[in-house]
Amino acid sequence: MRTLLLKSLFLRPLTMPAPRPEVAPPATEEAILTELGRALEVRARRLFGRSITIREVDAGSCNGCELEIHALSNAIYDIERFGIKFAASPRHADVLLVTGPVTHNMRAALERTYAATPAPKWVVAVGDCAAGCGVFAESYATIGAVAQVVPVDLVIPGCPPKPIDLLKGLLSLMETATAKVEP
Amino acid sequence: MIEMGDRLTALIADRAPVAGHRPWPRYEIDHDAWLAVAQALGEGEGDLLSLWSENDNVHLALRVKGAAAPCVVTVRVKIADFPSVGRYHAPAIRLERALRDLYGFAPLGMPDRRPWLDHGAWGMRAPLGARPPAARRDPAAYDFLPVEGEGLHQIPVGPVHAGIIEPGHFRFTVNGETVARLEERLGYVHKGIDGLLTDTDIERATRVIARISGDSTVAYGIAFARAVEEALNVDPPPRAKILRGIMAELERIANHLGDIGAICNDAAFSIIHAHCGIFRERVLAATDRTFGHRLMMDRIVPGGTEDAGPGAARGLLAMLDEIEKPFAEIVRLYDATPSIQDRTCATGIVSPALVEQWAAGGHVGRASGRNFDCRRDLPYAPYDNAQLVVPVFTAGDVDARVWVRIREVEQSVALLRRWLADLPAGPTRVPLPPVEGAREGIAMAEAFRGDVLVWVRIVDGRIARCHARDASWFQWPLLEAAIENNIVADFPLCNKSFNCSYSGHDL
Repeated sequence: MRTLLLKSLFLRPLTMPAPRPEVAPPATEEAILTELGRALEVRARRLFGRSITIREVDAGSCNGCELEIHALSNAIYDIERFGIKFAASPRHADVLLVTGPVTHNMRAALERTYAATPAPKWVVAVGDCAAGCGVFAESYATIGAVAQVVPVDLVIPGCPPKPIDLLKGLLSLMETATAKVEP
Repeated sequence: MIEMGDRLTALIADRAPVAGHRPWPRYEIDHDAWLAVAQALGEGEGDLLSLWSENDNVHLALRVKGAAAPCVVTVRVKIADFPSVGRYHAPAIRLERALRDLYGFAPLGMPDRRPWLDHGAWGMRAPLGARPPAARRDPAAYDFLPVEGEGLHQIPVGPVHAGIIEPGHFRFTVNGETVARLEERLGYVHKGIDGLLTDTDIERATRVIARISGDSTVAYGIAFARAVEEALNVDPPPRAKILRGIMAELERIANHLGDIGAICNDAAFSIIHAHCGIFRERVLAATDRTFGHRLMMDRIVPGGTEDAGPGAARGLLAMLDEIEKPFAEIVRLYDATPSIQDRTCATGIVSPALVEQWAAGGHVGRASGRNFDCRRDLPYAPYDNAQLVVPVFTAGDVDARVWVRIREVEQSVALLRRWLADLPAGPTRVPLPPVEGAREGIAMAEAFRGDVLVWVRIVDGRIARCHARDASWFQWPLLEAAIENNIVADFPLCNKSFNCSYSGHDL
């Protein structure tokens, strides 16, 4: 382990690099991420001080969205460097990230999770199912869009959305949220 | 001396199989023979592979011990009942409870009559049967099994869990720190997949199948495509077969890497988690470049696959070069660190007898000595001459489940290198022929967490009914056994080492 740790000391970070202000139109994913990261950081700081906290709720997804939301925390995307982190309890959350076509069996749990989240709060519907246009939309067992159960501030489409799309989505949430708080 | 499986073999020996069911035979049997099958399964003469229903029929897929191929037996319900299999063979109990909820059939003598998928929230009962309207019940109302004893208390967890994971409810009964009983309650992500796979077109069904469990989208795609191809007697092009194998192994590597990291993370050994997260990301970036989708959803279709982008082999080989050595280094780290092994060794042990009884697939079975892998034992293209080595461990603990994954990653890398070195050119899809009348197909594929089974009935080119059974059906119940007498704090570790699918189970 010592060799591994020592090696890590001398390696360049694998995380997509820190913001560079001069980046013109971002072409590569890396550049987009850099830009996003910068913008996100500024807005998150203005609105929430230094951090926002997300509670993820799977309301019936196929677990594809969860895999990609998970990826946000790896060393490549490293979402925590922007002050965004995931919490274990809705009572500690500013944002609910909801996936899935909201099954009837999860409706009560989603409503209770929403009720347990302190205001001001925002809801992001992640993925085509949560947006209401997924393959499970027409079933006796599902309600459809998350918006039919709790008020949704933002939809991030995709099946599943890539981590980079999730980051873009969180950026636009910051804009919406700013507007909501400072009309 | 009577050979194992003789009674089961005798039960079906003289019967003529139903015409048009491929590749394994299907037999229609009466209630008495069905009962005898259930008893024989209960006595360990064969593996239950699945139990499902359609119209007035209940089907049971099984593999007689020692037999080369599985078979399906079918019983017609009388009014709405049929003899319970779960009464004799416990692995059938949850499948019967699910079937009863969906179709309203009554397995006679079933030992557990509580609903399973029906939480009283649908506004009706038996949604795929008679659909009588029903008043909505309080979803939290459920009769958990009673536990009695001094000093016991309960910890309810879920359905919304602490991590970024799927929903389910765990009811722990503990004595101090020690778990006396865990009871699972699942069904929260029931989306009505059996209903969506009834009377629909093949294209639509393909998209639903790809989303039964997102982490196993490739494996389900392969099982479904093969079931349809068997039914319609279609042979996909050679390039498509190899591409399917490549995608399946990439999916396996990505998931195993994620799991190995996550298990170590649940024991607070985050350095392995960090590195495995990077490896996994490298794999997904490569699959995205090669197949145009990180998880490779909707790439596999009946009749073949979508083609890979140009330079596929070179790109994937470069990715393997990039992760192979660092992964070996991480494996050495795991192997040489007593503090992590102190948590994983002798934790969450599942006995060989249980995995045999449940016919548990994947790392759950192979960590407890069950030497079964569909890629080798019910071979399908491109594994039919793949010289696959199936790693089997016997300790049955969290550590053994980690090692199964590690060895499987190594095997998958070797398979990929062989296929990528010699990727055939040519088309990747053939059109499905128009076929009149009813055809049936069945197939199994080895997903990263174990074997999945898909059965289809196609009538005049449309899916009349399709059934999919996830490996998790036969693993979830064993998690309840694994955690017994362990401490509560080791549950995340045990749970992650199983990594059962909620969505694949709840359907």
